[in-house]
Amino acid sequence: MGFRLQRQIDKLKEDILTLGAAVEEQLLQAVRAIENRDADLAQQVIDADMKIDQMEVDFEEECLKILALYQPVAIDLRYIIAVLKINNDLERIGDLATNLARRARFFSKLHDVEMPDMFKEMALKSSAMLCKSLDALVKLNVELANEVCMADDEVDALHKNNYLLVHKGIEREPQRLDFYLNLFLTSSHLERIADQTTNIAEDVIYLIRGEIVRHSHEKKSSAKTQ
Amino acid sequence: MSEMMTETNHVNDHSLARSAPDDQVRFITKVPDRPRDMEPQTIVEPKISVRNLDFFYGSFRALKGNDLDIAANKVTAIIGPSGCGKSTHIRVYNRIYELYREQRASGEVILDGENILAPRYDLIKLRKKVGMIFQKPTPFPMTVFDNVAYGLKLHYKMSRGELNARVEKALRDAALWTEVKDKLNEPGTALSGGQQQRLVIARAIAVQPEVLLMDEPTSAIDPVATAKIEELVEQLKERYTIVIVTHNMQQAARISDYTAFFYEGEIVEFGPTRKIFTKPTKKQTEDYITGRFG
Repeated sequence: MGFRLQRQIDKLKEDILTLGAAVEEQLLQAVRAIENRDADLAQQVIDADMKIDQMEVDFEEECLKILALYQPVAIDLRYIIAVLKINNDLERIGDLATNLARRARFFSKLHDVEMPDMFKEMALKSSAMLCKSLDALVKLNVELANEVCMADDEVDALHKNNYLLVHKGIEREPQRLDFYLNLFLTSSHLERIADQTTNIAEDVIYLIRGEIVRHSHEKKSSAKTQ
Repeated sequence: MSEMMTETNHVNDHSLARSAPDDQVRFITKVPDRPRDMEPQTIVEPKISVRNLDFFYGSFRALKGNDLDIAANKVTAIIGPSGCGKSTHIRVYNRIYELYREQRASGEVILDGENILAPRYDLIKLRKKVGMIFQKPTPFPMTVFDNVAYGLKLHYKMSRGELNARVEKALRDAALWTEVKDKLNEPGTALSGGQQQRLVIARAIAVQPEVLLMDEPTSAIDPVATAKIEELVEQLKERYTIVIVTHNMQQAARISDYTAFFYEGEIVEFGPTRKIFTKPTKKQTEDYITGRFG
């Protein structure tokens, strides 16, 4: 039974990475659509989300089938549980990429505004976190996963600054409320994407060490701020 | 590491054992590669403490320096590949091996503070305290009633009314009463396999033992009967300390509180079942339970 299960798990590894690559591409294109004010590209991202959703459902069904048929334990159980959760996280990132694409559609109508640098930095960091979390999964590397968890604090800080930026902007130019709201939503989507990649990294740590580290670094961070 | 005992500490130092957190096994030290160096792994107030147990079939050493604590009122599962010494190990707990010449055990098996391997230990008392259920149901060639009454008659003198009540109670406790109450005078061997196994459990618990040894009790019965036995084990552990040998890994995971993994006569890993089946510390254990062994 061990070898048959191993074959199924190898297939899961391929599938989760295919999904990961597809989601990474969606995020990349959504960010590009915002930067270039490209409504067509944004629409492509929105249309492609259905494919991601279908991949997520197929993957979950495959995991449930393996759980039912093989009743895996130890590392096999941890692997399947971890990728099952990562699958959900990736699908959610796909949704958030779609949300970013919707913001891109809005920004594409405005040709006279420049995106603040802080948003670009946030997009860069969130994308890098996603890439690194998938890398941690492939290499089963706890250090990489920990780096993702740490990077989340930086993205949170950027989001906080963006809030202030938007707040001031609305005060200064209340007539451009829609623009600032979309700017703030963009920041929120990116911040959520960073959160989801942190979840992936935490699931990778669980997979390797068998420890649930969720919330533990949040506690550390809040302890630091108190 | 400060809680760790040194070699000079006595293995049954309960003052230390009691300081351990509830329902946790205290690993006194890491399990070394060579069994002789193995430090004992202590459970808070164990019912049975096995220390440095060796077992021989003639000149073949089947158990090598086993150290194991069996928690009271818990289910301890013993898993491992065929021929690893699982059954041999639990057969020491009631000294059933003594029926065969050429078989001998050395070391200590402390049951309630007394070494049952000591020659002066009363064998009748031991068999009364430690009941055993085998792989294949072994009803005696007599009626359902007499099967359960057999041990009672052997150990106690009691009135017919009292005997009837004790037989009924044992059959009820074995979750068999409703199925056999109208068949008490039929031969035990006429029952189904699953019923026969519960009849044997009723026979074992009728004499009110403290420990129940089960050697692959469900390997010869169907999944429905297996589910009933597993349910029964769950109920019985409130009153008995149960040690179960099983080849069925899922069964061990489902019904036991602690699991010991045996390989080639040695205890490779022991710990809470949930830990063994989610995050074993030894690669050998992981390879075995995930089916990658050998």
